[in-house]
Amino acid sequence: MRFVRKKLIQLAIVLFAVTFLSFLMLNLLPGDTAERLCAGAGTDECVSEKRAELGLDRPIPIRYAEWLGNAVTGDLGTSARNQQPVWEAIQQRLPLTLELLLYSQFLALIVAVPMGLLAAQRAGGLYDRISTSTLFGLLSVPNFMLALILLLVFSKRLGWFPAVGYTPFTENPLENLWSLFLPALTLAVAEMAVYMRLLRTDLIATLQEDYITMAKAKGMSSGRVLLRHAFRPSTFSLVTVIGLNFGRLIGGTLIVEVIFALNGIGKYTVDSILGQDYIPVQGAVLVIAIGYVLVNFAVDLFYAVLDPRIRHARALI
Amino acid sequence: MPERSSDPGSSSFFAGSGDMASEISQIADGDVAVLDLLQDLDPGQVDGAVAKKRLGFGFWLASTWFFLVLVLAILAPLLPLKDPLLPVGRPRQSPNIEFWFGTDSIGRDIFSRVIWGGRVSLVVGFASILLGLAVGGTIGIVAGYYKRRTEAFLMGSMDVLLAFPALLLALVIVSFTGDNSITNVVLAIGIVSIAPIARLVRASTLVFSQREFVTAARSLGASNGRIITREILPNVLLPVLSFSIIGVAVAIVAEGGLAFLGLSVPPPTPTWGGMINDGRAQLDNHPYMSLIPCFIMFLTVLSLNLAGDRIREYFDIKEGAL
Repeated sequence: MRFVRKKLIQLAIVLFAVTFLSFLMLNLLPGDTAERLCAGAGTDECVSEKRAELGLDRPIPIRYAEWLGNAVTGDLGTSARNQQPVWEAIQQRLPLTLELLLYSQFLALIVAVPMGLLAAQRAGGLYDRISTSTLFGLLSVPNFMLALILLLVFSKRLGWFPAVGYTPFTENPLENLWSLFLPALTLAVAEMAVYMRLLRTDLIATLQEDYITMAKAKGMSSGRVLLRHAFRPSTFSLVTVIGLNFGRLIGGTLIVEVIFALNGIGKYTVDSILGQDYIPVQGAVLVIAIGYVLVNFAVDLFYAVLDPRIRHARALI
Repeated sequence: MPERSSDPGSSSFFAGSGDMASEISQIADGDVAVLDLLQDLDPGQVDGAVAKKRLGFGFWLASTWFFLVLVLAILAPLLPLKDPLLPVGRPRQSPNIEFWFGTDSIGRDIFSRVIWGGRVSLVVGFASILLGLAVGGTIGIVAGYYKRRTEAFLMGSMDVLLAFPALLLALVIVSFTGDNSITNVVLAIGIVSIAPIARLVRASTLVFSQREFVTAARSLGASNGRIITREILPNVLLPVLSFSIIGVAVAIVAEGGLAFLGLSVPPPTPTWGGMINDGRAQLDNHPYMSLIPCFIMFLTVLSLNLAGDRIREYFDIKEGAL
């Protein structure tokens, strides 16, 4: 329990620091919402008027304290551009981003796990080398590039998928999955390589263990050994990295969301940044940071609960 | 920050590592035990049995491509290239003898723009990682060497940096400063690279600071500063540099992403990401406009990744620490 409490305190500190820093950063950088709103009029009067109206003329610490106080009660402020409450906007967009994440991790795994198993079975063999280097190549494809190529081939040329937008899940779950396939695949491809490599190296290490030799000596087929005995103990770091990726990707879907015109958190943030509308950016940073920190926390607990030995050993690498 | 930091596990590989100091001193009479433990855990060890220690053909191929891009980019002003900023022919020509890579939607030569664009990518790639190395490296080595409160504070700050989504941080820096000069882009990507580099450097510093030669230097009366610069730095540098090669690739992709969102160096200066984005509208009829810079960028990133990966394996550094 001491461990959990210590972690929770750290978590709160990180969140506090992240939000304060982002608040500071957004406010100190030149160009603010008032200037943006007055872009047409362009007079100093207009700017100072707007600033007073938005409360931007008060000191940063006071405004931060105010924002934080409101944020705790679930009020993240309203966008200066379209007057929409930030929390409402986030609630509308978060499910899409989360679905995209789950979907992409699922796609990555159904490719990576069988490939990793096959590659580990004959490490160093032809199949191993081909699959490892193919996935290594895929790892080097920037996601905006992959998104464009997928768009060009599968929706513009072949017309199989919609180029932009998507069908809401509540409307038609199947069509929803179909319409999000390309964006999810784009996100999945880079992860595939990582997952496959991870599983492969862990499997190879597990296959050296004595109990595997024992199982083989008892006459078990190598496929059965692989699936029944080696697979499960080898998935530990894989599961961890999936968890961490999940946290990281909450903020990492933005380019894909922009290209496929999906109204998720990422696109919301980009639009707000480009509109120099910092209250929504602040809200999005908070949500993304909470997601990231919570997932890390969960992964840490997962370590501590499951296997303290591995937890400490990992730290050495 | 609680005194003994163990990171909120921002990366699995370092989770709980704050307790390492005590951990190591318990295990280590000599560092033999530690090294044994490391080898037990080292997946590369198993790989190593299969792949012999050679850089291999792929590495040389990758280096050749990379140096070709590098040399062309450096020599761009001296080469007999068409003007990358002005229309030089009929717009939207497919690749042909006069325009090797075709022309873009206002008739600029894509071949010369790709080469000039390489300058931006490479400058941003290297400069931002150098910035990350200078700042992140210093933080990592200091945190790994002094441990305790220093480490807790420094690595805690790195956790905060990491909790910012990387591209978002860069986006905010570039877009709110309004002036997206190359310096700002370098600054943005450089700042983003600080935290991962710091973690990596700290991890290897932790291992090296337990070695005999450090104890020997200390017992001979060497100051902390001297131990850090003379004993630890040279050892940490090599693995970190090979990771940095991959870091450059990541930075190039990040610049591409910013350019793709219209937030890198402003037009008409050619950048790969910018060209890919410009060609997006013409994707249906003239896919080469986007695909050629895409392909060049992919090859460059691939060659850096491959070279970095091979060098890393060559020097046998633990997998997955980035």
